[in-house]
Amino acid sequence: MSESTLTEAPGAHPSGVGRPAPAGRRRSWLRPLLLVLGLVVMLALPLYVEEFWLRTGFAAAGAIVGAIGLNLLVGTSGQLSLAHAFFLAVGAVSYVYVSGEPGGLGVAELGGLGLPPIIGMIVGVLLAGLAGLLFSPLAARLRGIYLGVASLALVFIGVHVLNSWTEVTGGFNGRSAPEFSLFGFTFGNRDPELYVLEVPFREAERLWYLGLVLALAAYLFARNILRSRPGRALQTLRDSEVAASVMGVNVQGYKARIFLVSSMYAGLAGVMYALSIGSIAPESFGLELSILYLAMIVLGGLGSVNGAVLGAIFVSALPLVFQRYADLIPFVGGGGLAAGEAARFLFGAAIVLVILFEPAGLAGIANRIAGRFRRPGGRVTEHPPDTPTRTSEPSPSDPPAQGSTT
Amino acid sequence: MTQFLSLLLNGISLGAMYALIALGFVIIFKASEVVSFTHGSLLLLGAYSIARLSEPLGFLLAAVVGIAITALAAFVIERVIINRLRGAAVISLAIVTIGVDIILLTELIRRIGSDILNVPHPWAGGSVRVGDVGISENRLIAIAVAAVLIGLFFAAFKYSNWGIAMRASAEDGETAALMGIKQGRVSALAWVVAGVLAAVAALFLVGSPTPGVSPSTYAVALRAFPAAILGGLDSTGGALVGGLLIGIAEAMAAGYQDQLLFLGRGFSAVVPFIVMIAVLMFRPSGLFGTKELTRV
Repeated sequence: MSESTLTEAPGAHPSGVGRPAPAGRRRSWLRPLLLVLGLVVMLALPLYVEEFWLRTGFAAAGAIVGAIGLNLLVGTSGQLSLAHAFFLAVGAVSYVYVSGEPGGLGVAELGGLGLPPIIGMIVGVLLAGLAGLLFSPLAARLRGIYLGVASLALVFIGVHVLNSWTEVTGGFNGRSAPEFSLFGFTFGNRDPELYVLEVPFREAERLWYLGLVLALAAYLFARNILRSRPGRALQTLRDSEVAASVMGVNVQGYKARIFLVSSMYAGLAGVMYALSIGSIAPESFGLELSILYLAMIVLGGLGSVNGAVLGAIFVSALPLVFQRYADLIPFVGGGGLAAGEAARFLFGAAIVLVILFEPAGLAGIANRIAGRFRRPGGRVTEHPPDTPTRTSEPSPSDPPAQGSTT
Repeated sequence: MTQFLSLLLNGISLGAMYALIALGFVIIFKASEVVSFTHGSLLLLGAYSIARLSEPLGFLLAAVVGIAITALAAFVIERVIINRLRGAAVISLAIVTIGVDIILLTELIRRIGSDILNVPHPWAGGSVRVGDVGISENRLIAIAVAAVLIGLFFAAFKYSNWGIAMRASAEDGETAALMGIKQGRVSALAWVVAGVLAAVAALFLVGSPTPGVSPSTYAVALRAFPAAILGGLDSTGGALVGGLLIGIAEAMAAGYQDQLLFLGRGFSAVVPFIVMIAVLMFRPSGLFGTKELTRV
């Protein structure tokens, strides 16, 4: 609907561009072209880029999956959840247990089913979903902030279980995650040795493609949900539960289902996290992780899938980049701040600034820049600076990719 | 039995601290509709400044200055950020306080580093015995101070101009504003009071039997969250009951941890959250919270 605000803008006669054609028709070939170009660059990247960036990319892909999931819950449906870390942990632990080999690690006797990793991944996603479903009766009864604090409980209970249930989780020290493999093709350094254009394709390169595929799938799935009946129902539910139920939306049912979907996303993100780090430990799944995910979707722009992607890349890559280039960035490294601290200061400040001044987040900023490109004359203000949960409809920043060709 | 009584006494003392912190949550929520996630770092700020200042200033002065610093920090947060967002959605307000919390906490942890800071309480680590029941002096004084403060708070809430203004604006902000009650002032004062309460709680929480100021002091405020929630976020009495309930439950779980070993070590830290979930199952707005009514 807000799509129309972009296309049928009154001042859409850019003198500089000299083509008064409606923006809609122009985008019909420009956008797919850009998408294809972007995809080609992404696919070719492992040929040129060093390992660090590929690993960062995979970590970011995991974060993207998780952030999209959380955004469906918090941004689209207005259910504040701080339990995301818990669902990530469920996914990660299930994967490690189902696909890991049983064996001793020091004093701890570790269990494991030794099943193929793809099964571990699926089980991880399903179990995380199940955990979400189990929590959803409580979640559906609680409103807004009560839910936020109640979900806090899951994180602490989760960390406690991770610490105590040594047989499965490896306890305090955690345990290592098995390599991913698909039908005999491992995503590790060997087995089979692989060279593409004389570039050795090792773990980082292989995981990069895995991350790309999973993140893309997660992205498309979320966009399709948002653009279909459930998506509209959820947005109505966010804006007013009463209005939603009057319109025939099953409020409890939708709340439970979006919790299920969101925690399945988190489960997949957890599996990817385990793969990216190579191991799991209780301390990685604490409140801090939940807050980081919250930071991602707030910075990206609540309710926008594109925003979640941008926010996830920003938040997950920044500390790694800081760490790597510590000596190049002023105030960081040496006598100044540690990389992690600098990143945290930045996130904190960014959250506050975004909520104060740009409730639509990075997606809103990107949108405005794009809008200025389209119409050099006028500034675009699709986002009145109101409450972020309300202004941030997903539609303005998610114009259909192919939809306008019809 | 003696063990039970002594645990009960310790639980009440811990609960009194939780109640102080939870009262802070509640009045902030009532005055500005904000669920403050900044409280953890405010608590740590209080503990940190008292500990750092007590060497040059001596305990008593350090305590006063430390409490003032915390109150000032709360005041600044309210003025600079929360006040600008009046009327924003509850969720964005909560998220903004998380942002502030990240900044403050990172700075405090960086400053504390690996030091163990101690607050030199004049009563040190002494303990008192009543019959067979023992309790550390620190905890006993904490009960007394908390009782006085909570009493003062409730009296002020009921009789003082501020209390009346605050209850009026919590009831119906717009009407209160029309009656000449300055919303901004009410909210700022609520934050200051919450800051003071948190700092006082911090003062005792870092004393015996807990070892000094450490980043884990922060987690205490998170355990006071359940106290505020299970009492009902908009009920001051609920915060008191919730605090005591949580404190006693936690102390019991810690005291009987040998019997509870099958639930894992350190189970007591999780107990507040389990109690909260159990209560919320049956009463979604807490024990004494007002039920949200929907008018069509």
